[in-house]
Amino acid sequence: MSGTRTERTFQATGSWAGPELVERICERFESAVLGQSEAFGEREVTVRREIWPTLARWLKEDEGFEYLLDLTAVDYLGLRPVRFEVVAHFYSLSGNRRLRVCVPLQEERAELPTLTGLWKAADWYEREIWDLYGIRFAGHPDLRRLLLYDEFKGHPLRKDYKMKARQPLIGPGTMGGAASQSREDEADV
Amino acid sequence: MELSPVQRSLELAEPFVTTKLDKVLGWGRKYSIFNYPFVTACCGMEYMSAACSRYDMDRFGAGLPRFSPRQSDVLLVVGTITHKMAPVLKQVYDQMCEPKWVVAFGACTISGGPYNNYAVLQGIDQIIPVDIYIPGCPPHAEVVMDGLIKLQAKIQHQKHEV
Ligand code: SF4
Repeated sequence: MSGTRTERTFQATGSWAGPELVERICERFESAVLGQSEAFGEREVTVRREIWPTLARWLKEDEGFEYLLDLTAVDYLGLRPVRFEVVAHFYSLSGNRRLRVCVPLQEERAELPTLTGLWKAADWYEREIWDLYGIRFAGHPDLRRLLLYDEFKGHPLRKDYKMKARQPLIGPGTMGGAASQSREDEADV
Repeated sequence: MELSPVQRSLELAEPFVTTKLDKVLGWGRKYSIFNYPFVTACCGMEYMSAACSRYDMDRFGAGLPRFSPRQSDVLLVVGTITHKMAPVLKQVYDQMCEPKWVVAFGACTISGGPYNNYAVLQGIDQIIPVDIYIPGCPPHAEVVMDGLIKLQAKIQHQKHEV
């Protein structure tokens, strides 16, 4: 009895796109698809940066993924040859389907075209990623820091940001104070 | 009817008490705390519980929160203070008139609490003076009452400029 209930809850909250969607993506974008996987029922596609806005527009307009659920990034410093990965979750309200799309980015070219033209919601997501990971979004209307203050140096969720680096605006350790030099040495990444 | 010595002295006594001005001021001030709740995070829930009818801070004369620093004399700092928020807190403190007191409510305001990272101020005493520290994550309402009573004792016994 309880088993059935669990199953039903799972279906209600987590329907993921099936393999046929991935097939269609592979058909359309061919060599730009770097890989795909499925774990815990969740479907994921990894694609080249070049097709990023085209793929997003196609998913939104032709496949009914009208909702940008989440846009974030990961720093795989020392774990993978390509350091960054931007991760997006798309959701289709009409079809109750989800899809995760990953875009690997080299450190030297940590930049993607913006999605703000397709989803207004992308605005703050992209500002947050810029703020914390230092990945730029070309064409974003107002790419400022979202959470941290303008005076902040570096991007704290990068794995090479010093764990003990502190950049207070006032109080001990502030810029201009005695501790400011060591503070800057530590903070610069 | 014969009056007892005590009754006689009561009958004779004039209707006044003797004290010191300092003491009266302290007594008055400790029962008329107007607090400014600077609430930024989860501790705010426990502040609300302490302030509302179940625990009722009003019993100690601290029932009227003011949302302007110029009308308040106790700054209750409740919740995580980030480096970005720190200048705002300092400005609120500077806007309050003397005499004023500061309560650090919860682990975050005392030491940064669970957060020792790039974003969080490691204790508000780095930027403003603190009178009472109320520990806990979040502090139970009874601990808040205890802190409030200790603050009252401090106000009562300190020197008041006249
Ligand atoms: S001390 Fe604990 S409950 Fe209070 S604001 Fe910090 S994390 Fe939240």
